[in-house]
Amino acid sequence: MTAIAAPAPEAPSAPRWAHLRRILKSTPVNVLLVAVGLLWLVPTVGLLVTSFRPAADYFASGWWQAIAHPAVLTVENYRNILHTGGIGDALITTVLITVPATLLVVLIASLGAYALVFLRWPGRDWVFVLLVALMVVPLQMALIPVATLYGHLGLYGTIPGVVLYHVAFGLPFAIFLMRNFYSGIPKDLLEAARIDGANEWMMFRRIVLPLGMPALASLAIFQFLWVWNDLLVALSFLGAYPHPPLTVNIFNKLSEFGTSIDVISTASFISMIIPLVVFFAFQRYFVRGVLAGAVK
Amino acid sequence: MATVPVAAVEPLARPAPDVATGGPGRGRFRNSIAVGLFMGPAAIVLGAIVVYPTVDTIIRSFFDKSGNTFVGTNNYRTLFGTTEMLIAIRNNAIWVIVFPFLVTFAGLVFAVLTERIRWATAFKTVVFMPMAISLFATGVIWRIVYETDPHRGVINSAVGTIVDAVHPPGLYALPNIKPISGLAAQPDGSMLSNNTVQPGGTLKLGLTGILPENIPPGAQDAHAPSGASGGVSGAVWRNFSPGGQIGVIGNGEKGLPGMHLTLLRDGNGSVASTTSVADGSFRFNDVSSGSYRVSVDSSNFRTPFGGTNWLGIQSLTPTSGLGSTARSLLTIPLVDISEIIAMLWIWSGFAMVVIGAGLAALNREVLEAAKVDGANEWQTFRKITLPLLRPVLIVVFITMIINVLKIFDIILGLVPDSSQHEANVIALQMWHLYSRFDYGLSSAVAVVLFVLVVPVIFFNIRRIRG
Repeated sequence: MTAIAAPAPEAPSAPRWAHLRRILKSTPVNVLLVAVGLLWLVPTVGLLVTSFRPAADYFASGWWQAIAHPAVLTVENYRNILHTGGIGDALITTVLITVPATLLVVLIASLGAYALVFLRWPGRDWVFVLLVALMVVPLQMALIPVATLYGHLGLYGTIPGVVLYHVAFGLPFAIFLMRNFYSGIPKDLLEAARIDGANEWMMFRRIVLPLGMPALASLAIFQFLWVWNDLLVALSFLGAYPHPPLTVNIFNKLSEFGTSIDVISTASFISMIIPLVVFFAFQRYFVRGVLAGAVK
Repeated sequence: MATVPVAAVEPLARPAPDVATGGPGRGRFRNSIAVGLFMGPAAIVLGAIVVYPTVDTIIRSFFDKSGNTFVGTNNYRTLFGTTEMLIAIRNNAIWVIVFPFLVTFAGLVFAVLTERIRWATAFKTVVFMPMAISLFATGVIWRIVYETDPHRGVINSAVGTIVDAVHPPGLYALPNIKPISGLAAQPDGSMLSNNTVQPGGTLKLGLTGILPENIPPGAQDAHAPSGASGGVSGAVWRNFSPGGQIGVIGNGEKGLPGMHLTLLRDGNGSVASTTSVADGSFRFNDVSSGSYRVSVDSSNFRTPFGGTNWLGIQSLTPTSGLGSTARSLLTIPLVDISEIIAMLWIWSGFAMVVIGAGLAALNREVLEAAKVDGANEWQTFRKITLPLLRPVLIVVFITMIINVLKIFDIILGLVPDSSQHEANVIALQMWHLYSRFDYGLSSAVAVVLFVLVVPVIFFNIRRIRG
């Protein structure tokens, strides 16, 4: 009998115990992940702090020592590079490449995906298979023939040429993503519109495009970051361009003998600002795009 | 809608082909115009910039540099005969073997652990953030992380702190310090007295090559040692002064305090150890009779940790005695590992997010049922969660293989010129040949890259079509 009575007084304290146990159990995980999180921040913070230190300081002591004495930090590097480094022009070139390449991919892909989902035509499935195949074709595969082609068309060494290349290699993934999304749009909606006499363009414009906005946002962010951060295409087609984009600008600085770390770190950080802003502002859409296109 | 995680997890639902297109004749004609208008732009761009050039590159790979003369498989033979290409293939192989596994593992661990914390969103943001940064800028970032000088590179600073704590650097870690009187340098870095000594005897051990500012603060003038019965005593001092003589403790010559000394019985190993005091004098007490030497320990001269050259080409595998081809294929340069760590920094977030979405999509009831049946957490994870996650893990793994095959920018950003040769990869080799206008060879390299991704293409098609 006492055996049964015994648990009764303990009952109220059981939740407290469970709570304590849970805290004790989760402490190592929390500590570990805090450590990992800090570890993950170190490299970026290192670059950021370095970009605010005079070059002489870089050779004298570690950037982490500067954190303790914020007074030694200066915006001098940024002022210098904005005046002399051609960074302003590079930034403009990067924007001139990235914005059209993003808009065009979004437009062309949403059109193409419409044809794949809402129009019936022979070979539709095969085109889709081809797109899936094209998604992983390396950029390198087309460099030489396209360079030759651009030579004939007068596009070599021009911004439109680079834009076109990015559009082309962005499309397979973009159409894949949009098709995936459009497939979830109820067909009844379009059916009703068709009965009301809407043509394909009107249905695309009035129904599918507005409904597809979340996916378009994911796609746009993905493409934006991809093009902004590209080095290979820009280097291959715009290597000799007077105002090369940011990545090429920094690459050239790094290759020049004796460019010091204050210039490199500052330029690198400038190139990262907009991608980071885009990332933090639209992280949700970015994650969606990543998940949808885990195959790219 | 937009159940986007599903795309990564399951084959896609096929669009239902139920949209009426009207009857034959006029309707069909209008439909084909619509297809042309909607699909046309994509078809033209893809055809001109991706499909046709891909075919053209394959054809060009069988032609010479200028593209005019057919050379058969010569380009491929040349390619696989060059060290550059062998190194590139070796490095890509290292990447493919090591990297997808590490990323998937890290992603799995992070995804599972973040389910247990309240601030998962913050953690995911931090780990995922590098995805927004260009691979090239990542290279620059990690150059700073990997700086060899421990005063500049955060990794070497951390390693140095540990190394110097385990093996503290000596008080006399000076580049030019050397024995000058009564001592001789030994191969192990220590110094040994030239003379033997009996209990009651003394030794004078003179060193030089010490700048005045390197004499430890508090050092006092040395003076000639006096014997002590039953003990061995002596002086260790800076045998240098204007007008001083070798082997004579001159006026104002400083003793060297804090010097670790060992008493060695002749031919019989160490007997006792001591440390010199402010005037450089030392004494071993209660020494039994016999003949002894005194050694100035190598730890006195041990230099602090000087930093590892993480971006250097020193091999992690033994390569001595190998021919040049075998060496190219079997070397694992340290710089590869350092690059892989930098890439882990970028891609772990991706793996974490994708695997996390897979975890969130798991059927909770199955996991609960396992718990009710008495399975502990590890068993549940091992026997239920992991098998259910398999498709997602495979997606991450495959994605990483493609990534790693195409790896390019980070090498240019991270690896200094002196190591570029050993860090070469296929995509970089293609670009090098391209910029040298060697279009035949360059195309052949591109084709090698393409052939390597072809299995992935088939895998994706099978997966996506279900």
